[in-house]
Amino acid sequence: MAWIGQSIPRFEDGRLINGHGQYIADLTPVPGIQHVAILRSPHAHARIRRIDTSRVGTVAGVTGVITGRDLLAVLAPFPVGVPRPVTYYPMAIDRVRYVGEPVAVVVANSRYVAEDALDVIEVDYEALPVVSDIEAACQRPPVALHENVPDNVANHREFTYGDPKSALHHADVLIRERFVYPRNTAVPIETYGVIAHYEQSTDDYTVWANFHGPFTLHSVMAHALKVSTQKLRIKTPQDIGGSYGVKSAVYPYMVLLAATSRLLGCSVKWIEDRLEHMKASSSASARISYVTAGFSRDGRFQALDIKQYDDVGAYIRAPEPATLYRVHGNLTGAYDVRHVHLENYAVMTNRVPTGLVRGYGGPQLYFPLERMMDIAARQLNMDPAELRRANFIKRDQFPYRTASGGIYDSGDYTAVLDTALQASGYEAFRETTRNLQDSGPMRLGIGLAAVVEPSGSNMGYVTIAYTPEERARQLPKSGAVSAATVAIDALGGITVQIDSAPEGQGHVTVVRQIVADVLTVPMESIRVIAEMDTAITPWTISSGSYSSRFAAAGANAVFSAAQKVKTKLLALAAQQLGLDNKTLRFEEGRVWGVQGATDLTVKRLAGLTHWNPAGLPAGISPGVYETSYFSLPNVDPPTAEDLINSSATYGFLVDVAKVAVNTETGKITVLDYVTVHDAGRLLNPLLADGQIYGGLAFGLGSALYEELRYDEEGQLLTGSLMDYLVPTASEIPESLTVLHHHTRAPGIPLGAKGLGEGNVMSAGAAIANAVSDALGVEICSLPLSPRAVTESVMKKGGRG
Amino acid sequence: MTRYDKDQRVPVTLTVNGREYRRWIEPRLLLSDFIRDELGLTGTHVGCEHGVCGACTILLNGTPVRSCLKLAIDVGNGHITTIEGLVKDDEFDALRQAFSENHALQCGFCTPGIVVSVWDALKHASDSDLVDWEDVLSGHLCRCTGYVGIRQAIKALQAKEGGEAKA
Ligand code: FES
Ligand code: FES
Repeated sequence: MAWIGQSIPRFEDGRLINGHGQYIADLTPVPGIQHVAILRSPHAHARIRRIDTSRVGTVAGVTGVITGRDLLAVLAPFPVGVPRPVTYYPMAIDRVRYVGEPVAVVVANSRYVAEDALDVIEVDYEALPVVSDIEAACQRPPVALHENVPDNVANHREFTYGDPKSALHHADVLIRERFVYPRNTAVPIETYGVIAHYEQSTDDYTVWANFHGPFTLHSVMAHALKVSTQKLRIKTPQDIGGSYGVKSAVYPYMVLLAATSRLLGCSVKWIEDRLEHMKASSSASARISYVTAGFSRDGRFQALDIKQYDDVGAYIRAPEPATLYRVHGNLTGAYDVRHVHLENYAVMTNRVPTGLVRGYGGPQLYFPLERMMDIAARQLNMDPAELRRANFIKRDQFPYRTASGGIYDSGDYTAVLDTALQASGYEAFRETTRNLQDSGPMRLGIGLAAVVEPSGSNMGYVTIAYTPEERARQLPKSGAVSAATVAIDALGGITVQIDSAPEGQGHVTVVRQIVADVLTVPMESIRVIAEMDTAITPWTISSGSYSSRFAAAGANAVFSAAQKVKTKLLALAAQQLGLDNKTLRFEEGRVWGVQGATDLTVKRLAGLTHWNPAGLPAGISPGVYETSYFSLPNVDPPTAEDLINSSATYGFLVDVAKVAVNTETGKITVLDYVTVHDAGRLLNPLLADGQIYGGLAFGLGSALYEELRYDEEGQLLTGSLMDYLVPTASEIPESLTVLHHHTRAPGIPLGAKGLGEGNVMSAGAAIANAVSDALGVEICSLPLSPRAVTESVMKKGGRG
Repeated sequence: MTRYDKDQRVPVTLTVNGREYRRWIEPRLLLSDFIRDELGLTGTHVGCEHGVCGACTILLNGTPVRSCLKLAIDVGNGHITTIEGLVKDDEFDALRQAFSENHALQCGFCTPGIVVSVWDALKHASDSDLVDWEDVLSGHLCRCTGYVGIRQAIKALQAKEGGEAKA
C-alpha cells in the first residue's frame, strides 16, 4: 500500500481536538518555577537617565528584578548578520529604541504579582527624536539610532547582472513606479512563551520555548550567553500554537529569560500577552520599492531595475537583513529577463525589529513585480495574461539559471496559467466587464499574479549581504540540510525523530506515511517524535520550520533514514537466507525473494540485531538506529559575481481574483478566487490544500486589512486584535478553487517542493491588480482598506 | 457591591465538567486562569485576554462564553463545561471525526474554543434552521486554516444530523 500521495487525515488531530495538546504555557518541566513580567518602554526613542527599582522588594511575592545593566555581567551582544556594527541586547541598556522594548524584568510567585511590581518601578526617560519614515531615516536622518551608523543604514548593497543600463536605454517602453508594502505580522493565536533554567553547579542552561528554528540561531544565543554551544540546551514543547515564521524571533526572550534565571537563581517562565506580542515581538519588514522595467514594443520584458528600502526596525536582528535576500535568486519571478540592476538598503527606524513572517521577502518582491506586469500590459495595450505568457520561462528552458543565480529546477508555467485562466473563466469575465456600463457605485475587476515560489532556503544566501571581498575573508556558507532518525526497538516498535519543530503543518502524519511505505509496515507501528531537544535530537544549523522546507528537506531526511534501515535489514536478511540482497524486497512488513514471501519480518530482523548481536555477520552493527543528514542539491555559497541559488527548489502558482469594489464605501468583495499550484509531487494532498488555504487567508489579510500602524511618535495604534484586523471566517470567499499541477522536483528523491507560502506572495498583487482593473487606477500600496480605496477613487476623479 | 482587598482570598465553588471544586482564590483571578492554573485543565487556551480570539471559550451554564473576560468569583456556583468535559460525551466522536476528516485544524490552538462553539450551535440547531457557520465562527480567530476546513466540518456534521433526523 502506498501511503505517500494520499490524503490521510492527521494523526495529530485527536489529541489536539480533545484539548490534550501540550503547549508551552501548559508546561512545568522543572520544579519551583517563578513567573516573569516585563517592564517595557513607553517611548519610541529615549535615553534612560535612571531606573529606580528600590520599591519592587516591598511587593509581597516578588523574587527579584533585573535591568539592562545587570545583563552586562552575563551577556554579550547578539552577533548580527551585517558588517556594520550594531549593538543589540535583549533588553535596553541605557537607551530605548522602540515602544515596547524591555527595560526591566520582575520575577515573582505569580504573573499577577509580577505585574503589580512593574507599577512601582520608576524610569526617568529623556525623549529623543523619533525616526519613522524609511526614506528620511537614511537620506535626511533626524538622528542616528546607533552612534556608529550615522545614516541608519545597516546594510547597503548594489548588484548588476547583464547590462541593465544599456537594455533600459534601448527599451521602447519604460515603466517606473514606487510601491509601498506595509509592516504587517503573523499573529499566531498562541503568543511567545519561554521557560529557562540555569544550573549553577555545571554552568549550563536549559531553555524551553515555542521556537522552531532556524537552529542556526542556537549559536547566536549561545554566543550572547557567553557559553560554549553544548551548554545551551533548547527544548520545544510537543505542540506550538502556530507561528508562520514569527516565533523564530522569540530567541532574544530565550536569552533574556536564561540570563534572568542565572542572575536570580531560580527557574523562570514567561508567557507573552497579546499587547506585548503586537508591540514588541517581531514583524515583517515594510518596504519601499522603486521599480523601472523596460519592454520592447511587442511586449518583451528586457530589463529590470529595483531600488528597495527595507524598514528593519530598531536593531538589525539576525537573520535580517535576510528579507532583502531570501528571494535574491528569483528576483525576476517567472520571467526570462537577463539584465537586472538591484540596490538594497536595510534601514533602521524606531520600530520593533523585523524577522520571519510567512512569505518572508516574497510579498515585498512580488507585490511590485506583479503589479508592474499589469501596468506594463495596460501601457502596451496587451492582455495581462498574454504579456505574462510571452515572457514566461518556457518548459524546455529548465533547469533555468536566472540572471541573479537562481536555478529553477522544473516547471511548466504556461500550463499552470492556462489552467488558472480556464478555471476562473477569465476571458468570459473580461468580456462581460468590457461591455458593462458604469452605473451605480459598484465596479468589477479581475487580476492575476504569477509567482515562482522558493522553498528550502540555502543557508548561504544571507551572506550575500556582504560584498564578495568581505565574504572572501569569511568561511563560506551554504546548504539546506535536514536530519532524521529511524529506530526500531527489540520488539519491532518504530520511532522516528525529526528536526523540523512543526507548529501545525502535520509533519508527524507525513513522516508516518513515508516510513510506512519504505518499510511496508502499518502506520500504526510508527511513533514520531517532533519535539526538538538540541542535546539529543540529530540536527544542524538549517534545522527547523521555515522557508517551506519540510516537503523538500525534512521529508527526504526521513525517507533517507528509512532507506538506511531498509538496506541494513535486507543485508541481514540476505545473510540469514543465504540469498543475494539485490533479489530481496519488503512487502507487507516481510522480506520477499524471487520465490515469494519468507518468514523474515521487519520485526524479526530488527529483533535479531538487539537479542543476538553476537550472531550478526560482519558489517552489520547491533541495534537499529539510523540517522540521515539529507542535503538538498544545488545550494552552493554565493559566487564572486554575487550569483546565488537562494533556494533549493522552486514551485509555481498563478492566482486569479475577481472583485467587486464599491467606489462610495471603498469596500472590496472578493467574488471568486482561483489558485493553481505546481509544487511537484504532493505528499499528502489534504494537508497541502490546508497549507494553501491558510497561506491564502494570510495573503488576503495582508492585501485588504493588515497593517501595524504607528503614529508620528512611534506609538503603535494597532496593539489589540480589535485594531489589527486579521480575517475571520466571513472574509474568506466561499467561491475558492485550488488546483494542482505536478511537475516533480528532479533533484529531490520524493519529488515534492514546498508550498505554504506562495499565496502570501501572490494574493496582494492579484487583489491589487483586480482592484486596479476595476477602478482604472494603479494601486501601488497595501493594504487596500476602504479608506485607501476611496482615496484612490477620489484621486482619479480629481485627475479626470 | 462587594468590595475586596487585593490580597484577600475568597472562597469560590464551581462545578466544572460535572465535578464540584472549592477553592480560595484572589478576587482578581480570571476565570481562564482559574480553569488552567487552579484546576489544571489546559485545554482552554488563552490567545488575547481581550475577548476577540475566542480560544478561551467554555460553556457557562450551557452558554458559550469567553473565560478571559470573566472573574472566577463572578461565576460562583456556576456550571462550567470545558473541552475536557465535552469529549466525554459519546456524541463528541462525530465532531472529532468531522474536524479531522476535513482538516479543520492545524496547530490546534484555536480548536478547543471553536469546538465548544460548534458543539453548542449544533445542539441548538433544528432541522429547519441550519447552523449559520458565519455566525458561529464570527467570534473565533484561526490563523492556520483559512477556516475552509472548519466550514466544511460544520457542513458535514449538519448534513449528518439532518440525515439522521429525517431517517
Ligand atoms: S483569550 Fe479570551 S477571547 Fe482571546
Ligand atoms: S488551527 Fe492554528 S489557529 Fe486555528
